Amino acid sequence: MSSTEYAVGKREVHKELIRLRVNGETREVYIPAHKTLLEVLREDLNLTGTKHGCELGECGTCTVLVDGEPVLSCLALPIELQDRDILTVEGLAERGLAHPLQVAFAELGAAQCGYCTPGILVAAKSLLDGNPRPTRDEIKEGLAGNLCRCTGYVKILEAVELAARRMTRQ
Amino acid sequence: MGNSEGEYSVIGRPLIKVDAMAKVTGETKFADDLSLPRMLHAKILRSPHPHARILSVDTGPAESLPGVHAVLTGRALPITFGILPVSQDEEALAIERVRYVGDPVAAVAALDEETAEAACRLIRVEYEVLPAVMDLDEALRREDVRIHDYGPRGNIHKEVALTFGDVEEGFAEADYVREDAFFYEGSTHLPMEQHAALAACGADGKLCLWSATQTPHYVHRALAKVLELPASHIRVIAMPNGGAFGGKSDPFSHEIVVCKLSMLTGRPVKICLTREEVFYAHRGRHPVQMWFRTGVTRDGRITAMHFRSYLDGGAYGSYGVASLYYTGALQTVTYQVPRYKFEGVRVFTNKPPCGPKRGHGTPQPRCALEVHLDKIAEHLGLDPYEMRRRHLVPPDSVTVNQLRIGTVGLGECLDRVVERSGWKAKHGKLPFGRGIGLAGSAYISGAGLPIYWNALPHSGVQIKIDRGGGVAVFCGSTDIGQGSDSVLAYVAAEELGIEPEDIRVVTADTDLTPVDLGSYSSRVTLMTGNATIEAGRKLKALLFQVAAEKLGVPADRLRAAHRRIFDRDNPAAGMPFVEAAVLAEARFGTLGAVGSYTPPKGLGKYKGAGVGPTPTYSYSAAAVELTVDPETGFIAVDKVWLAHDVGKAINPILVIGQIEGSVYMALGEALMEEQVFRKGVHKIPSMLEYKSPTFLETPEMESILVETLDPAGPYGAKEVGQGVHLPVVPAVLNAISDAVGVRIDEVPASPEKIAKALENKRRGRAPEAPGNGRLPSVVFPEPVVVQPVGG
Amino acid sequence: MMRLPAFRYVAPKSLAEAARMMADAGPDGMFVSGGTDLYPNMKRLQFDPRILVGLRHLPELQGVSGDPRLGMRIGSATPLHQISLHPAIRARYPALAMAAGSVATPQIRRMGTIGGNLCVDTRCNYYNQSYEWRRAIGFCMKRDGDICLVAPGSPRCVAVSSSDTAPVMMALGATVILAGPDGERSLPAAALYHDDGIAYLAKRPEEILTAILLPPGNGLRSTYWKLRRRGSFDFPILGVAASLCLAGDGTCTDARIVLGAVATHPVEAREAAERLLGRRLTPELIEEAAMAAYGPAKPLDNTDLTLAYRKRMTRVFVSRALRELAGFP
Repeated sequence: MSSTEYAVGKREVHKELIRLRVNGETREVYIPAHKTLLEVLREDLNLTGTKHGCELGECGTCTVLVDGEPVLSCLALPIELQDRDILTVEGLAERGLAHPLQVAFAELGAAQCGYCTPGILVAAKSLLDGNPRPTRDEIKEGLAGNLCRCTGYVKILEAVELAARRMTRQ
Repeated sequence: MGNSEGEYSVIGRPLIKVDAMAKVTGETKFADDLSLPRMLHAKILRSPHPHARILSVDTGPAESLPGVHAVLTGRALPITFGILPVSQDEEALAIERVRYVGDPVAAVAALDEETAEAACRLIRVEYEVLPAVMDLDEALRREDVRIHDYGPRGNIHKEVALTFGDVEEGFAEADYVREDAFFYEGSTHLPMEQHAALAACGADGKLCLWSATQTPHYVHRALAKVLELPASHIRVIAMPNGGAFGGKSDPFSHEIVVCKLSMLTGRPVKICLTREEVFYAHRGRHPVQMWFRTGVTRDGRITAMHFRSYLDGGAYGSYGVASLYYTGALQTVTYQVPRYKFEGVRVFTNKPPCGPKRGHGTPQPRCALEVHLDKIAEHLGLDPYEMRRRHLVPPDSVTVNQLRIGTVGLGECLDRVVERSGWKAKHGKLPFGRGIGLAGSAYISGAGLPIYWNALPHSGVQIKIDRGGGVAVFCGSTDIGQGSDSVLAYVAAEELGIEPEDIRVVTADTDLTPVDLGSYSSRVTLMTGNATIEAGRKLKALLFQVAAEKLGVPADRLRAAHRRIFDRDNPAAGMPFVEAAVLAEARFGTLGAVGSYTPPKGLGKYKGAGVGPTPTYSYSAAAVELTVDPETGFIAVDKVWLAHDVGKAINPILVIGQIEGSVYMALGEALMEEQVFRKGVHKIPSMLEYKSPTFLETPEMESILVETLDPAGPYGAKEVGQGVHLPVVPAVLNAISDAVGVRIDEVPASPEKIAKALENKRRGRAPEAPGNGRLPSVVFPEPVVVQPVGG
Repeated sequence: MMRLPAFRYVAPKSLAEAARMMADAGPDGMFVSGGTDLYPNMKRLQFDPRILVGLRHLPELQGVSGDPRLGMRIGSATPLHQISLHPAIRARYPALAMAAGSVATPQIRRMGTIGGNLCVDTRCNYYNQSYEWRRAIGFCMKRDGDICLVAPGSPRCVAVSSSDTAPVMMALGATVILAGPDGERSLPAAALYHDDGIAYLAKRPEEILTAILLPPGNGLRSTYWKLRRRGSFDFPILGVAASLCLAGDGTCTDARIVLGAVATHPVEAREAAERLLGRRLTPELIEEAAMAAYGPAKPLDNTDLTLAYRKRMTRVFVSRALRELAGFP
């Protein structure tokens, strides 16, 4: 079938029941295989905290963590992620207590429009979980897959450093 | 306006933004995060041709696709619109003609986005392809191919020629006259959030639009016009914008389309543009060819300046007339220019329309001017800093083009970046490959005139106090990430003596909030700030009246701070804010007050004098140190020092945030970003190929705040969102020259251009001319001669 | 929102099952590993398979094993991130660690696999565009059309080989293992690639790239230099992989220089390498070799930056790579 034929919606769609563990909760969704994790989070699970900027893996906005590793939800299929731990920005705070990264981002003004923020926060969490005292260059490398157009990145770097200091002091 | 320094309890403090926690928890709802029961999804079919006549549109097959609820074509929306009253040249969906690849042609509402997209592909449009004009030269040459049937002639959208004073006399007086040409490539805003809008037409026939827009008021007007509904039946709610930078300040096709689809189907309809479509929505930086001729005395004093700009406007008017005037307006507000002539032209081309991007029309001429001055200083053997410093515009003066100057912090900005960057030890003294560059600039703190003529306030604020001490501030302003919601809370809290977290801010909702014209032209802090102060002081007077009686203290000795009203001379004597609120409500009834702000009228009466005036100008200076790899032409920016005359920092965190963001965006433009076309089509409409700098390209930045306490601003504040962008780009170009001795008179200064320039120099070849090598041939009209004020 | 076209996804438990599933799917099927290349391409309708056979979790394709003194084996589904951090690879095959660590972004290096990067679709800025964009400009021969928009006279597609790791594998003399319905075969990395933007792989559609074998890394010096606009996200628009063996007195006993992203396949700069053999590396000799590497680079105007610039940079990057390996500043 040519893409023109595809383009007019002639292909049949099979759905499957998929079990996902998101922010510690097990959720079941009945979805077609081609529905990406980004779409399922936002449209089926109402977790709209995860944003999207291109849906082609070119901006990092839709980053979530899978088993602690940063992954682009726009290019991830739920069918491949059953029994894995998925963490979105909604799962960062624990029992209503904001994660130190969230507090530092708020305090230092690292979120301006706030649109890239959810993806950057989870990417930063993954970075700090693996490297609690990163250098500034390591933070830049760790977050190099996330674009931001508001902040010029400086306040984000400072906020990650501040959060790292607070987390390692505990 | 306001108390003297040191007396503030909120203003000037590094507070967190009122919406910060919502943004870091994912709680903030952006337009595409909304969803309503029975909601349909819309898609727009766009033109595949840069220029064509629409012969027929067959929507039949699309309409019969299961899941499709409505298919819309331009015939259903025949009324044109546009942001400026003088260029109402856009159609929600093209009726007879498409003018760029991506021009909206038809739209579908369906149960899901995939069905809507599939249905769009089933719509058969028959086109007669017309010749396309893809650049300035072609647009000027091909008078036979007219993109619009208005404008003075051919594809000229607007031309302007103004002269202030006798420039020839000035050139005759000069010791040195220099001419330079420049080209500044177009670029786009690239907000991380793609434009999205949701419309719901209720059973009562009333319409509500939630949209990612910077200008809900102007969208409201455009909807009323195109949909032929009373404005009172339309409600526009601007959602928090996920970045905008000017790119969401026009009324857009997709906003009108979802409204119409909702009216047709009786169901909510949502659309979210794809990233590629955002590149087509555009309204970004105009590509501009420029030419400067400036006469100076031996010590660098300007005797006359003649400037020409040629703007490639794209397919529609948008803000273009204002953009054109802005290219010529602000040359005079930094260094003294006693005689000035400006000629400019904006042409239509078959590309997505250009409009306002951060700095609107001024980054291009500012860049050219600051490089031009650098060359003049070099020729005269003067230090570029000293030369600029010596000839600053004096405060409280009037420029030759009749702009009223307030406080001027430019000198201090230059001094501070020179001192902090170690300019004197570095300029001309760093080893080959490393360099430092300097530039100054100015920007408006809000446009003096609204987009459409009216005698109404530009900003309105309403404050209500309830008997529990809760304070709500209502204002039409739109938070696009810059923190305008927070500014409202800070100012209201300052005036009422409470804390910003005690305040609920309700903004950008045409049903609930008084009009604010929108988040453009760096107007919001100054205008909504002043309006909030007015409303706040009215309420404070009521609170003070009841408190004075209760405390037995004269009202003029009372102060409000830290949630108390107390005797300034005996702070122990006081009462909680809540108590005063209860007393005041008992005395006066429900507590509420309004404030509004209208900027002072400009001095100029000539046509075009509406662009440039502002309550006060902000000033900035930048120093950029960088390293050029002479073999590859790659630039590593080592550090940027940016000093900004912000008047008064309402919250230094937000001010520095705007500075750092502007430095970043300016570096993107200086080094890599370009909106370019090939074979009639956008060459790189993607986040991957439209190069915007990442964490790894970001240099160290030092922000320096200069406070001049301008009487026009709230507590003395000026703008910061845009002006700080301006000096960075020319400082980069000047630094490249300092580093490797070649001039790149073009933006972006990409590696290939630098490598080429260095090779030309090595081989003793002449440098390449900026842009396409020569200035377009335009016969400008006879200039309107404007006599200087009092001259 | 850009969405994927509909497909069925099957997850084999073993290599043999994967092969069977692909045989059942026939021309409607495609293998997918990390998906970071295929899914964006599918969203733009450059591919629209009905069935995807997922390889990412197959046990046979996982992990790095072996000893650099004897040679190493890398399973094709090993994430690029893991390769870039692997101690033995970093120590003995640094070019590979550098190339794997330079692909796209941290997220994509965790999702994307070495096999996927070696098989990454050739790229062209007339091709990596949405369906509507390609329709507007006119479809090209790589998908839905029959002409080349870059070189209108060209009888073949000139899309660019854009793998970072492919030139490195060639420079290291690696071998790739392909498993098909008729068993396994091994090819030198160079033989995996064809000089054709469409049929750019020698791998048959039903074959699975299962592993890469690295030869012993003793005495091997290697590096990878990548030209791109930004330090992240961007595909290479020139990649230079170089490997050398130097004798005790500094004489070059073995040399390979491979250029990526300047043709439809990674190109070996043989003449440049030959100039080095049997001679001691000096700055002058390196310049001579770098000049000779200029020839095989045949960039066209279908990536970021101009072709003239990319061609000119070939000399600069080869020179810099060799100077790094020789220990010159």
